[in-house]
Order: sequence, then C-alpha cells, then structure tokens
Amino acid sequence: MIRTLALCAAAAVAAAAHVPPAAAQSKPPAVERDATTAEFEKFRAVLEADNPAELFEANGAELWKTPRGPKNASLERCDLGLGPGVVKGAYVQLPRYFADTGKVMDAEQRIVHCMVTLQGFDAAALARQPFSNETRTPDPVAITTFVAGQSRGMKIAPPQTHPQERATYAIGREIFFYRAGGYDFSCASCHGEDGKRIRTQQLPNFTRADEAIRSYQGWPGYRMTGGVMHTLQWRLWDCFRQQRFPEPGYVSDSLTALLTYLAVNARDQVYKGPGIKR
Amino acid sequence: MTQLSRRSALKRTGALAATALAAGLLRPADALADWNKGAFESKTVADALKNLKIGAAADSKDILIRAPDIAENGAVVPVEIQSNIPGTRAIAVLIEKNPFPYVGTFDFAAGTLPFVALRVKMGETSNVRIVVATADGKFYAAVKEVKVTIGGCGG
Amino acid sequence: MADPMKIRAKLEGDVLDVRVLMAHPMETGQRKDAAGNLVPLHFIQTITAQLNGKPVFEAETSQAISRNPVFGFKVKGAKAGDKLSITWTDNKGDKRTDETTVGSG
Repeated sequence: MIRTLALCAAAAVAAAAHVPPAAAQSKPPAVERDATTAEFEKFRAVLEADNPAELFEANGAELWKTPRGPKNASLERCDLGLGPGVVKGAYVQLPRYFADTGKVMDAEQRIVHCMVTLQGFDAAALARQPFSNETRTPDPVAITTFVAGQSRGMKIAPPQTHPQERATYAIGREIFFYRAGGYDFSCASCHGEDGKRIRTQQLPNFTRADEAIRSYQGWPGYRMTGGVMHTLQWRLWDCFRQQRFPEPGYVSDSLTALLTYLAVNARDQVYKGPGIKR
Repeated sequence: MTQLSRRSALKRTGALAATALAAGLLRPADALADWNKGAFESKTVADALKNLKIGAAADSKDILIRAPDIAENGAVVPVEIQSNIPGTRAIAVLIEKNPFPYVGTFDFAAGTLPFVALRVKMGETSNVRIVVATADGKFYAAVKEVKVTIGGCGG
Repeated sequence: MADPMKIRAKLEGDVLDVRVLMAHPMETGQRKDAAGNLVPLHFIQTITAQLNGKPVFEAETSQAISRNPVFGFKVKGAKAGDKLSITWTDNKGDKRTDETTVGSG
C-alpha cells in the first residue's frame, strides 16, 4: 500500500509544486463549548501546572547525556535536524528530511535511530515493547519527552522544502482519509469534521488549520489513566487499534507520514510542551 | 520509619501539646507507629474519625475547599484546602465513598499557613470531607462533592 | 533509590509558596499487573518539610494519594537564601530527601 501511495504522491507532487494548506475556514469551528468540556479544560490546566511529565523529562535529559549501550556513548552527537546535539527547537521542526538516511523522519523515529547508530542499541529490541505501562517507561519515551520539552512555547514548523517532505505530507493525507478495516473507518471518520465527540471527549477536526494543533498539543502526554507517559507513537497506534486496523509498526514510515500531515496542518500554532491526557 | 518525632519537631507549649495529643490528630512523640494505622484502615468515615479521636466537628464556612465539580479522571483529583479558622493546627482529608475514606492529615508549624494542596484518587462521585483541628482542641468540618467520570482506585 | 522530587518554591513577599512533585508509584494494592497478579501496596506514608532545619510542615498519607504525587503548602517568614528540605518515607522503608535554596522571588 505504501509503495502505491508513494507513486500517487510522487505524481501529485510533480503536478503541484507547492503544498496545499489545510482547509481554510472562514468561520470558527462549530465546537460545543458545553459546561463539561469547559470543566475538563480547567481540570487539565490545574494538573498541567505541576505535571508529572516533568519527572520523565528529567529522566530523558539524563538518558540523553549519559554514555550508554554497547558503544558506551551518549546521545549528545545525535542530529535531530538542527545539527548534532542541538535539542532546543528540534521537536517542532520535525518530521523532516535527513540526508544521512535519505528519508523523512519524525522525532521518536530519529531518536531510536540515534540510539541504534550512536549507542549500538538493537532496533528490534526497542520495538518489542515500545509503550509505557505502570511499571516501565521505555527509554525512547523518556528521551522523546525531554526533546519535546525543549520545544516548549515554540511554533510548530516542520519544513516542506525538500521534495520528499512534500511527498510524505501527501502520503500522510492519503492515509488520513483512507477507509479500511471492519468498520470502514479512516482517521477522518472521527477527526475530519467539526462537532464530533466520543462520550465526554470532544474530537478535534485535524483538517482545520486552527484545530490540527490539537493532534500535537499535550503529546507526549502523562496519561492520568494508569499514570503513564505516552508519545504520539502510542497515540497513533491506539487510534489504529480502535479503528480495528492492523497495528502500525513502531516508528514506521506510515506513522511518519501521518505525523507529517498533522504537523504541517498545525503549522504556526504554539506547542506548549508535554501535557496531561485522559 | 521517619526519624522525626513530630511532637518535638513542631514545638508547642505544654498546654497546647497536651490538648493536641488528646485531640489525637497530632501523633505522639517517639511512638513506633506514628502513622495512624487504625484510621487508615477504617472502612467508614465514622470509624476513621473515631480512630483519629476526632469528636463532634462543627460545620464551618471558614474552610475553603477548592476542587473540581467534575473530575475528568478520578485517578488525579486536585484538592486545595484553606482554613480561615484562627489557630488551625491540622487539616484532615477524607473521601467518603473511597474503600478507605481516610486519606491523610497535614500538620502546620506556627509560621506555616493553614493551606494544603494535594491530589487524590477517588473511586466514584463522593463528598470530600475536611476536618480542621485547632490549637484549643476543637474540630470543624466542611464537605464538597466531586463528581467522578472515570474511577481512579483500581487498575 | 527513588527519582528526585521537583521542588518549586516561589517567594511572594515573605510567604514561600511551595509545590513539590514526587516520583512514586503509590500502588493501592488493588491493581493487577499484566499477569493478573495483585501489585502490592507501595505508597508514601509520611512527608516532612524543613526550612533552615526547622520543621514547618508534616503529613501522614495513604495510598489514596495520586501516583507521582504533588503537594502544595505555604511557609511564612521565608527569605532568599533559605534552605528548604523535603523528605518522604514509604511503607517499604524507602525514603527520599531533596533540597532547594530559596531564590529572590
């Protein structure tokens, strides 16, 4: 599927040299500003003032600078797109094209790449149990939380200058609208229209420039349920699972494409750093 | 086990210390079991209050409880308590519908404001009950209901 | 040893507004792990805070305090340069002490 989509996307890119912006809307979203939603927003704001995510950010900072792995090296030479070791502002400028791998990569995918190439960790081992539970937070999760925190308060700005970056956006859009699985769902089924909700949770419309930020805002997030730290790799995996789709591979290119689509749609909105989630 | 002896640490005059001890909220010095096991293992508010040796507590409008009307997730409910009752020495917190209602007690030295912020687990919609102990051995109480959409005690 | 606490102490006049975030699982003993076994009780039981060595705040707590707890309290008569120290102990006998020096607010 990815190869077919790549061919379609390549054709699309060849045809149009610029990236179509997210659907511009002339009026604000028809979002229910009901009392419950307002209460929940206040609730999360209180918790985010002293966020347990900070504990994982601190762990991640330690992991970044500690020599580890078979090569006994730190991650301080890791290039997240702004040069080796430059962490500040890197998260909001991802996904982006990397010459050394010849492909577009997202934050966690790049961090895992650095853990493998600089430190000698085994990629398959990192992919085996990549998500947090109550007793264990995998290193890439803590490191991604640290890296994300270093972009706190900055505008989302993934580059779309390289042809592969534009092609990846197009693939991401295809995936977003691709209906499949037993329920014939796509991401757009829940996140492609205004005014949708699941029980008490409002569902933002990620095709809107003013709402796409809500796909990134608060992730990585400290999830109140279980008190665990999760990144967008988990969030997207869980969405696929709930749509009854096959599970996406950890740090796979399909997720990079989706993340590119979402990040480009969220361009220029301010990212507030790791947050609190349900 | 904490090495801090609470009674000697939070210095009080002899009279206040005796009253405070009688009140039961401030734990006795050098006791091996500082932590009030009986209260913590009580399954009802009444039993917990008995174990805490809290007698009749007058309702008070001078105890301000700041907590959400609806908690999105009962695993982390932020609660802030401010006591404007003069001579407040300790604040006890109970969640009426929790399997073990007694959550804890917060003691204040003379120069510390009678204020505490904490985050609690609530299993279901319940009253949060606050009891304030004052230096003269009296007790005051206030409640606030918090609605819980997802319970936060178990798995 | 447990992970360090994050202590935020803001001076407003002579009142030190303290918020402390502790790293602790605060297991209730009711949770089942992936294998279906009950995870044993593991929670912070006592908290003490000292300003320049003088106790200012103490607490006894239960497993009903949230995982990775956050507490807030306010101490009068503080000034820049004061040393704030916070200690917790848990039911397994572990303890953790962290300190911070009060800034000028």
